[in-house]
Amino acid sequence: MSIKRKMKQWLAPVGAACVMSLATTIHAAEPLKVGLVAALSGQSAQSGEAITRGLTIAIEEINANGGILGRPVELLRRDDESNPTRGLLAARELVQREEVAVLFGGLDTPVSLAIVPVANQMKFPFMGVWAAGTPITQNGASENYVFRVSAVDELVDEALVQYGINEFDMKKPGMVLINNPWGESNELGFRKALDKRGMEWAGIERFEMNDTDVVPQLSRLKNNGADALLMVANVAPSAQVVRSLDRMGWDVPIISHWGPAGGRFTELAGDSAERVHFIQTFTFVEGEEDTKGAGILEALKERFPEIQTLADVTPAVGIANAYDAMHLAAKAIEEAGSTDGPAVRQGFYDIRDHDGLIKFYEQPFTPDQHDALGPDDYVFTHFVDGRIIPLNP
Amino acid sequence: MITASIISGLAMGSMYALLALGFHITFIVSKTVNFAQGSAMMVGAVLGYVFCIRWGLPWIVAAAMTLFLCALYGLAVERFLVRPFHSRGSEAWLMATVAGGLLVDNLVMFSFGKEPRRFSLAAVDHRLEVFGTGVDLMQLIIPLVAAAIVLGLFLVSRYTRIGKILAASVQNPGAARMMGIPVNRVVAISFAVSTVFAGIAGLLIAPLVSVHSDMGTLFGLKAFAVAILGGIASANGVVMAGLLFGLAEALIIVHLGSTIAQMVTFGLVIVALALRPNGLFGTRTLVKV
Repeated sequence: MSIKRKMKQWLAPVGAACVMSLATTIHAAEPLKVGLVAALSGQSAQSGEAITRGLTIAIEEINANGGILGRPVELLRRDDESNPTRGLLAARELVQREEVAVLFGGLDTPVSLAIVPVANQMKFPFMGVWAAGTPITQNGASENYVFRVSAVDELVDEALVQYGINEFDMKKPGMVLINNPWGESNELGFRKALDKRGMEWAGIERFEMNDTDVVPQLSRLKNNGADALLMVANVAPSAQVVRSLDRMGWDVPIISHWGPAGGRFTELAGDSAERVHFIQTFTFVEGEEDTKGAGILEALKERFPEIQTLADVTPAVGIANAYDAMHLAAKAIEEAGSTDGPAVRQGFYDIRDHDGLIKFYEQPFTPDQHDALGPDDYVFTHFVDGRIIPLNP
Repeated sequence: MITASIISGLAMGSMYALLALGFHITFIVSKTVNFAQGSAMMVGAVLGYVFCIRWGLPWIVAAAMTLFLCALYGLAVERFLVRPFHSRGSEAWLMATVAGGLLVDNLVMFSFGKEPRRFSLAAVDHRLEVFGTGVDLMQLIIPLVAAAIVLGLFLVSRYTRIGKILAASVQNPGAARMMGIPVNRVVAISFAVSTVFAGIAGLLIAPLVSVHSDMGTLFGLKAFAVAILGGIASANGVVMAGLLFGLAEALIIVHLGSTIAQMVTFGLVIVALALRPNGLFGTRTLVKV
């Protein structure tokens, strides 16, 4: 056999091995994509920005430690414009075309509720980091692919009612709710919490996103004897409520879900913005050192130079929820050993514990519990000089 | 409670009336309407915010600049979105004005920003007591400004040369053209006037609400309903319908609750139009055969 012929015999297997090795290397370096469908424009744009920041910091930490399954993590974002149809289309695009391993959701409960059935049907993990609608995780699916690191309306409503009783001696609250599924979800929660205590309510008033004057609705509650207001609405409509109260000259305690935290509430509502007491899952505290929060704050300032003070990291809840959710999702994928939807779902159940920004999570998810946060993780806050400050630090 | 609702209803009704007057003016002159009226209102509010708050100009200067630019916007709508289609007998101007409004809404979203902003004007940021009810000074100013504009429009159309030119163009465009009246220019001016009215509405409502790129959509829709309800060819009709619509909306919220307010208000509009197809104050058009 000639040397030339021998070389030909060896060349084919060696070449094939090289090509295979190269392909494996390329695959190993191929980014592991995660998706975000949130409001990146419109009235809730600041919430989308906060979620992006939280995910970005977590992803940079994960990538600095070798990524997930040895692959660098890449974030793909889509703007749902707070519109359920757009959100659903974006979710399908990210899952089917981009093949994201986990999809993160945004602020709006109606958008998340539109994505939930598709997530369960197509078996992809959907992680809520803001929208608090109770049916998002408690959706009745036999195989539930929806997880959440955020507040839950039903539990929030319970906490808001108790806070009103403790702090303002509330006896007959009036509800002022945005006219969408989020408002609806909270109406049920408030009714349940008040019924449990044998309390009556002065009325349930709904209003629209673009209502210019909420005086007629508030007047009804006032005339029915409301001694406090339980409010559920996003930034701009919440501001309209506060301005309408100013117009009426009605000085009534306002206990709110976390809607006001999502944007320029202090600018829109004026000086009375500070009157609103609202719930959060996390706040950064000024002057802290050697805590996880202080470390993340420094990382945020370094990564996003526009952040100078605490007022620039509003709303902190979006950052913190997204940050912890990304790390938990990374752990779930590592537990699963693949990006296959059912395996990642099992991976979430297999997480033993995690030292997060909001708290130390112990067995955060079980088949019966898809919410990592509970009532003990809520904190009441208000705005002071544009910053969100805890009321009972 | 009723006082607050009436004041609120009159203020909102005046806004609808101003926008609906814009529909009326272009309709009587050219049988076309500008469906970008809501967008023009938003442009008025946004430009007012930019000139007054961002640039710090005195409000009167800011208002004048805003209305001048709104007039140019109206001229552009007529020249590029209405005339090319209407002159060929096509009805495509209808879609073109809708598309133009959406285009401007998006341009504003990208240039002005995505977040709603507050147009806080110290000169009008006062709370007053009226019959024991707290109201914003602006809520009282809006109906007064609207009333002044309606009166001005009446006087101009009745007692001035411009009014006579307008009347001639409306009654018989062909004859008016033969008498040397530049009918095309009259139509263009009517569009400028309509967007100026929308701009005034935007400037008036801005201190009471949040300023953002899609604030005009619902206003534009309601104003068109008002124009049809009043009888679009009748100036008095659209003004009365605007006030009625605003008052009905506020009183329905007080008595029946806000959840069903829009259903009931628009339901009433449908019933009114079923009973009077030409609008509450409109008359049937006679066609010579």
